[in-house]
Amino acid sequence: MALTDDQMERYSRHIILKEVGAKGQKKLLDAKVLVIGAGGLGSPAAMYLAAAGVGTIGIADADEVDLSNLQRQIIHGTADLGKAKVKSAKETINAMNPDVTVHTYRQFVTSENILELIQDYDFIIDGTDNFPAKFLINDACVMAKKPFSHAGIIRFKGQLMTYVPGEGPCYRCIFKNPPPKDAVPTCKQAGVIGAMGGVIGSLQAMEAIKYILGVGKLLTGYLLTYDAIEQEFHKVKLPSHTENCAVCGDHPTITELIDYEQEVCTDGLK
Amino acid sequence: MELAGIKIDETVDITDKVCPLTFVKAKVALEELEEGEILAIRMNDGEPVQNVPRSIKEEGHQILKLLDNSDGTYYLIVRKAED
Repeated sequence: MALTDDQMERYSRHIILKEVGAKGQKKLLDAKVLVIGAGGLGSPAAMYLAAAGVGTIGIADADEVDLSNLQRQIIHGTADLGKAKVKSAKETINAMNPDVTVHTYRQFVTSENILELIQDYDFIIDGTDNFPAKFLINDACVMAKKPFSHAGIIRFKGQLMTYVPGEGPCYRCIFKNPPPKDAVPTCKQAGVIGAMGGVIGSLQAMEAIKYILGVGKLLTGYLLTYDAIEQEFHKVKLPSHTENCAVCGDHPTITELIDYEQEVCTDGLK
Repeated sequence: MELAGIKIDETVDITDKVCPLTFVKAKVALEELEEGEILAIRMNDGEPVQNVPRSIKEEGHQILKLLDNSDGTYYLIVRKAED
């Protein structure tokens, strides 16, 4: 379908780019990205995807907007307090860009629902705040052969990596298993600087956009870490796909999804 | 249509746009064409004539001619390069 005059103007700064053009913009408009978690990471990620004209955005989150979210979860506002995060996120996106269709899933991901959630999407963004969800998203994406962006933020630090089937290690290749419960503080206990979600979540949106466009290099096989105190980025090369990985290795031992015991970072838990 | 002896496959009028949408509209029209096809772009004198040909050249397309229509507009005739 040809771009309308309004679309030509809205996306003009994309279309001008040699790497994007009208062709690339149409790829974005045809793309479907699922954002799991409408929080610190998912807010900027979903907003940049929406502004970029990613035509279908799914948002999965079971939580409601709490006052303590608003220091970093910029897709929600004060008027959204108490509202389902997926509803608040959808309203923000609809106001930003009418080209975007938003599908909302008011649920946390579990071994029961995740494969169905991800099946219709081209790329998945992990914007969750706990290890059980991160391992679940990884394993499901490996099994369903879906690319995804992992990220995590805490205090003044953030990290992200990208998994593309057959093109490098998965999250479990590197991190093996969730840490013991209570061994790692959640961001509720430890705190997190609000703009960290903006830095790392925007980088996740960038990974998704580049994957859709087929442009440049992704963080496959690399972990990008950011330390805001030292103001340092490090791009750490990861071991290549590990043959003995429990989920993506040659002889996987994990063949069914696992619901690890949840220690959810529900700040504002009532 | 033929201009200055060149067979034109498609035309686009960008006189209704200002920078950078002049170039954007021309670029979108070029992307709709097949490699080797000829596009005639009608543009205003001044800023468009100064900038649009250069931007199109930077994209790798071949500029064949710039025709003065003597009414304050020009036709830029471009052969589309491969994607």
